[in-house]
Amino acid sequence: MMNPLLPLLVAIPLAGAFLTMIIGRFIPGIPRYMALATLLLLTFISIWLLVEGGTASSVYTMGGWEPVDGVPIGLYLIHDGFSALVLCIISVIGLLSVTYSISYMARYTSENYFYSLFCLMIAGMNGVVLSGDIFNIFVFLEISAISSYALVAFGVEKNELEATLKYQVLGAVASFMVLFAIGFIYWSAKTLNIADIRTAFSEGGQGNNYILIQILLLTGFGLKAAIIPFHAWLPDAHSSAPSPISAMLSGVLIKAVGIYVILRLFFNMFEITEGMAILITTLGALSMAVGVFLAIGQWDLKRLLAYHSISQMGYVIMSAGIGMILMARGLRSEIAALAITGGIFHMLNHAAFKGLLFLNAGAIEYSAGTRDLRQMGGLAKSMPFTSSTSLAASLSISGIPPFNGFFSKLIIIVAAVMGRFYFLAALAAIVSIITLASFMKFQRYAFYNKEQAKFNKEIREVPVPMLLSMITLAVICLLLSLLALPGIRETVLSPATDILMDQAKYSSQITGM
Amino acid sequence: MTVYWLCFILFLTGLYGVITRRNLIKIAISLSVMEFSCFLFLALIGYTEGGVAPIVDMADPVKTYVDPLPQAMVLTAIVIGLATTAMLMAVIIRIYRKYGTFDIREIKNLRG
Repeated sequence: MMNPLLPLLVAIPLAGAFLTMIIGRFIPGIPRYMALATLLLLTFISIWLLVEGGTASSVYTMGGWEPVDGVPIGLYLIHDGFSALVLCIISVIGLLSVTYSISYMARYTSENYFYSLFCLMIAGMNGVVLSGDIFNIFVFLEISAISSYALVAFGVEKNELEATLKYQVLGAVASFMVLFAIGFIYWSAKTLNIADIRTAFSEGGQGNNYILIQILLLTGFGLKAAIIPFHAWLPDAHSSAPSPISAMLSGVLIKAVGIYVILRLFFNMFEITEGMAILITTLGALSMAVGVFLAIGQWDLKRLLAYHSISQMGYVIMSAGIGMILMARGLRSEIAALAITGGIFHMLNHAAFKGLLFLNAGAIEYSAGTRDLRQMGGLAKSMPFTSSTSLAASLSISGIPPFNGFFSKLIIIVAAVMGRFYFLAALAAIVSIITLASFMKFQRYAFYNKEQAKFNKEIREVPVPMLLSMITLAVICLLLSLLALPGIRETVLSPATDILMDQAKYSSQITGM
Repeated sequence: MTVYWLCFILFLTGLYGVITRRNLIKIAISLSVMEFSCFLFLALIGYTEGGVAPIVDMADPVKTYVDPLPQAMVLTAIVIGLATTAMLMAVIIRIYRKYGTFDIREIKNLRG
C-alpha cells in the first residue's frame, strides 16, 4: 500500500530547518515559532499514522520504482508497527523540547541556528526510522549525528567543546565501521535493501565475512547507542548539551539511531543465531549493571541522569536479547514475544521519563544556577511544579506503581523468569532497587535538604512554557502505564513485536508478494 | 585479494592512529585515513576486470560493465565525510582558542 504521507515526515523538518535559517535572518524572533509549527505538524502526522495504520504496514517507493520480479530496486520508506512507535516518540518529545526551549534558549545567542539544527536532527532521525535501505540509514544517521555534534557544542565553553570532541571522534569511528560493514554486505549480498539482503543471506549467500559484518554493525550502532564498553562519550555529551538537547539525546537519539537500528537489523536482516543472541544479552546485562553503579556516585545531576540512560537502555537490549535466544532455540515463542514486548514498552517509557528528568534538571539549572546536588536544597518550596513532576519521573524510572516504569520492568522480569533466565531476572530486580536508591538521593539533596534551604530563598519557579512541557510529560508518564492493560497492549505494542518476530512479513511488504 | 587486505590494513592504521595519537590534528588526519580506506573498499567492490562505464550501447550489447552503485555510494559518502571533517576542524580550532594547546592530555575538564 502506497502511503503519500511518509516522505513528508522527512521533508517537513528538512524544509523547516532551511526556512528557519533563511527567514530567521530577516525577521528576528520567528524561528522558535517556525520550529514549533514544524514539530506540531510532525506530531499530528505521526500520531495519525499510528492510529490509522493499526496492524497494517505501509510503504512508499521514492520515484515510483516498482520491484522487478520480486527484486526491489529504488529507495523504500517503510512504516510498520515498530517504526510507528519510534516516530511518535521522536515527534512528541521533540515538540515538548521545542516548547521548553522557547524560554530556556532565550539566554543563548543565535537562536535561529539552534532551531535550524534541531529540525535537521529530527529529519535525520525520522529518516533513519523510516528507511528500508541500509545505505540510506547511514546517510540519515550522519545527518542526525552531525547536527547533534553541533548542538552539544552549542554553549562553546571549555566543557562543551571537550564533550563534543569526544562525541565526534567516537561517532566518526562508529560511522566508518557502519560504512565498512555496508561495503561487506554489498560484496556478499549484491543489494542494499534490507528485505532483499535477508533473502540473499537466507539462501546461503552468507560468505566468510558474515560474522565480521555482524560484529562491525553491532560495534558501530552500539557506539551510537552507548552500550557499556562503548559508553565513554555519553555522560560528557549528554551533560554538557543545553537541557532540551540533553532530553532529545537521551530520550530519543540513542533509541532512534542506536537501539532501533540494532533491533531492526538483528531481527529483520540477519538470521538469528544463538551465539550472537547470547552476545547481545550479555552486553545488555552488562550495561544495565555497570551503568547504575557508575551513576550512584555522581554529584553532577545531569551526569547522574546520563549514566542512568546507559543502565535503562541495558534493560531494553537485554530483554530483546532474551527474546532472540528463545527464538534461536526455536522454543516457547510466546515468552520470546513477551520479552520483546517488554523491551519495546520500556523504550517508550524511558523516552517519557528520561526526557522529563532532563527537563527538570534544566529547570533547576535555570533557576538555581547549579548542577551540583550538594549546592541545591529546599527547592520543594520555591519550585513546587518542578519538584512534583520530578518526583513522578523518579518514581517512574525506579519502577514504583502506578507509574509506567513499573509495568515495563515487571513484564521484562516476568519474561526472564518464564524463560528460565533466573540470574538475569534477579539482576534486573537488583538494578531497579539501586536505581531507586540513586533517585532518593536526587530527591533528598535537590528538594528536601533543609540545611541548604536558607541559601536558596530567592529562587523562583520557571516560566510557563517550561512548566507546560514538564507537566505534559508527567501526565504522559502516568498515561503510558495504560499500555500494559490487555486490550490496549494488543493494539499498540503487539504490531511492533509481530514485525520483529515474523521475518517473512517484513520482506513481503516490500516485494509485494 | 591483496588489494582488499591492504585496504583493511589502511582501515586499521587509521584506527591505531585515532587511539594512540595525542595531537588533535593528527587524530583528525587518522580519521580521514579510516574514511578513505572505506571509500577505497567501496570503489574496489564495484570494479570488474576489463569493465567499461555502464552506458548501454544497443549496437554492441555484450560488454562487461563495472558496477555503478558503489561509485554512487562513494560520492555520497565523500560529501558526508567532508561535512564531518569540517565540523571536527571547527571544534579543534575552538578548542585551541580556549585551551591554547592541541595536546589531548591537557584537555581533561570532564571526569568521572
